[in-house]
Amino acid sequence: MMTTSYQENEYQKPIIQPKKFVLWGAIASMIMMFAGLTSAYIVRKAQGNWVLFKMPDIFWISTIVIIISSITLYLAERSFKQENIKMYRLSLGITFVLAVVFLVCQYLGWKQMGEYGIHLKGNPSGSFLYVISGLHALHLVGGLFFILIMFVKSFFLHPVKLLIDTLNPERYLNIELLSTYWHFVDILWIYLFIFFLINSL
Amino acid sequence: MATTEIGLDHHLSNHDDHEHHEHHDNFFTKYVFSQDHKIIARQFLITGIIWAIVGVFFSVLFRIQLAWPNESFPILETLLGKWAEGGKMSPDFYYSLVTMHGTIMVFFVLTAGLSGTFSNLLIPLQCGVRDMASPFINMLSFWFFLIAGLIMFSSLFLENGAASGGWTSYPPLSGLPEATKGGGMGMTLWLVSMALFIVSSLMGGLNYIATILNMRTKGMTMFRLPLTIWAFFFTAIIGVLSFPVLLAGAILLIFDRSFGTAFYLSDIFFKGEVLTNHAGQIIEGGSPLLFQHLFWFLGHPEVYIVILPAMGMVSEILSTNSRKPIFGYTAMVYSIMAITVLSFLVWAHHMFVSGLNPFVGSVFVLVTLLIAVPSAVKVFNWITTVWRGNIRFTPAMLFAIGFVSMFISGGLTGIFLGNSSLDIPLHDTYFVVAHFHIVMAIAAGFGMFAGIYHWFPKLFNGRMMNEPIAYIHFWITLIGSYCIFWPMHYLGMTGVPRRYFSFNEFDTFGVYGDLNVFITVAAIVVFCTQFLFVFNFFYSIFYGRKMKTLNPWKANTLEWTTPRELGHGNWPGAIPSVYRGAHEYSKDGRDYTPQHIPDSQLDNYNPIIAEAVK
Repeated sequence: MMTTSYQENEYQKPIIQPKKFVLWGAIASMIMMFAGLTSAYIVRKAQGNWVLFKMPDIFWISTIVIIISSITLYLAERSFKQENIKMYRLSLGITFVLAVVFLVCQYLGWKQMGEYGIHLKGNPSGSFLYVISGLHALHLVGGLFFILIMFVKSFFLHPVKLLIDTLNPERYLNIELLSTYWHFVDILWIYLFIFFLINSL
Repeated sequence: MATTEIGLDHHLSNHDDHEHHEHHDNFFTKYVFSQDHKIIARQFLITGIIWAIVGVFFSVLFRIQLAWPNESFPILETLLGKWAEGGKMSPDFYYSLVTMHGTIMVFFVLTAGLSGTFSNLLIPLQCGVRDMASPFINMLSFWFFLIAGLIMFSSLFLENGAASGGWTSYPPLSGLPEATKGGGMGMTLWLVSMALFIVSSLMGGLNYIATILNMRTKGMTMFRLPLTIWAFFFTAIIGVLSFPVLLAGAILLIFDRSFGTAFYLSDIFFKGEVLTNHAGQIIEGGSPLLFQHLFWFLGHPEVYIVILPAMGMVSEILSTNSRKPIFGYTAMVYSIMAITVLSFLVWAHHMFVSGLNPFVGSVFVLVTLLIAVPSAVKVFNWITTVWRGNIRFTPAMLFAIGFVSMFISGGLTGIFLGNSSLDIPLHDTYFVVAHFHIVMAIAAGFGMFAGIYHWFPKLFNGRMMNEPIAYIHFWITLIGSYCIFWPMHYLGMTGVPRRYFSFNEFDTFGVYGDLNVFITVAAIVVFCTQFLFVFNFFYSIFYGRKMKTLNPWKANTLEWTTPRELGHGNWPGAIPSVYRGAHEYSKDGRDYTPQHIPDSQLDNYNPIIAEAVK
């Protein structure tokens, strides 16, 4: 029998906190969506009638900005675990600002594309870039709200309560969920950026 | 109730929390905005049944058109108003009906109604969990489904009618608001509704996976899980990985329709003129085949989302009612796993006639025919499970046997269609309609009926459904379903195309008029018979016979250890631990051996023999 090696006094330990698992599952489905979109891009590109254009330079800046925001969020997570509220609040705030800067950069990038004469309407090569980067920005806005909520909450953190909270690993849950999601959105953009970069050569 | 420590004490303390909550329940928190998995299961089931009545009724309407294309039925005008002036159905309405029938049955009935109901009901009860990983997301999943359904339903009452581009919504037809009557607002609402539905099934699926992997009771290893749970588990995985791709395809279609892009549209001539976008530019550069790839990347796994839960429940019901262990439990698990993996690799067999490269086509033929292997393993195991069993013909058992019959009949024609060369003459004929209705729709429907008859006591406070009505329901449905779909194979082999409004213009197909009348009469009989079930279902909720014992089918699984009336948290005391697999019937001289009873407490437990066997 399959299960004879099983010990009776053992009980089923969860592999991972269920809510974290739900987030990882959601990330898997988001990966599938963007994989679907980028493979549609490749399939469509292979069929010809494809306008090549230079990717807006400002996307380089937005890429650097979002990478820095991931680093500041990592600092926020670390300082939360070290009960350093001031540092936590500061780095969370910087992350929020950087995220907004990223969105502005994306908007400027789209405007720059418009100046090249690449519009949403027109050859699919441009439409794909608008739609895919737009959907990515939408995912980022979701994380932005999460950061904002955490940032506002950070002003009401009581040092004693935080100490109690930090003793309970469960209380790290929100910040851990946020940072997992944010790093995912970051890596997703890096993937999309490299993808567009290679395809615009 | 999400924490990292899952143990007996923890469950007990959690239970106190739940009891505390119960004092605050009112009607709305208990039955409407409920976060309890059993209530959500009932909500999914009853919504699904209402959708099934609507969806099947639509098919009766268009079957009437197909059977008597030249007759006029004044009642249709009374019923449908301007869509059937003079008692004759308008072609636009016919296409809306076909589209809505497909969409409703595949997504709202057989995905949400089947998987939503039984995953929600059985995952916590059979794994020994008090509720889902995230009850709140679970509730949202139902509400997104309901809103998606309401939007789809409201599209039926638009001035120009509902979407009419087929349930697959292929562009360019679906991409052009001008092309069909329902192509404007109807199609827009269809897309919005589908987007919400996708969100709903993602939330549901993530919850199922998280619950199964992380929250099983003490002793419930993965390979002691009932096959139902394995099936729900892989169904959820397929859903989580394939629905987002459909969402991507739908988003691009929305952009094409509403924002003037050209992902799927190219050089469209419409009523003799080149089609331009809002800016006056000629729409060009799109590829309609792109949508087919994105659609069928979900579309094919979708048929396994429909059939796998039915397979799981049928395995469980066949084993319980044959009083025999399931034959080849591990083989069953691995075959579900193989079907899951292969389901992602076969989508292009829907596109053999789309100008696909023949070499690519032959690869997809190979992979498609490979799916026959795990499917055949499952069929073989079901038959060998029943073989020389001590069979009890309960209504659930009959429907489970009916499922196996349907799955074999429909599966065999799948081998025909999976060959790219045979698919050329058979594509888009009634052969395809017959194939997928038997293997997917009717079979999954039988699985759903089997599940409802079997788990009705767990759904509705220990009441049972009326058996004589259930037997009548089964036999008419079984014979009627074959009467509807068997003749369609012959229609298809002679080339009668599907989706046609009428064959008046085609003398070749005139000879099949009588066959179409026969099919329609059978369809009406089967449709009317379903009201026996609906009556039985709703009557039994309130007045059904109460089950005499807590375990009416003498089953092994954990759901039968719960009390007659399930409270919040499922088990009033501690959650039972599990000591063995789920399908141990007629073993060691015992009729059945429930999972939760330790070896030492079994009737004829002999420590010496037990030690020797170890």
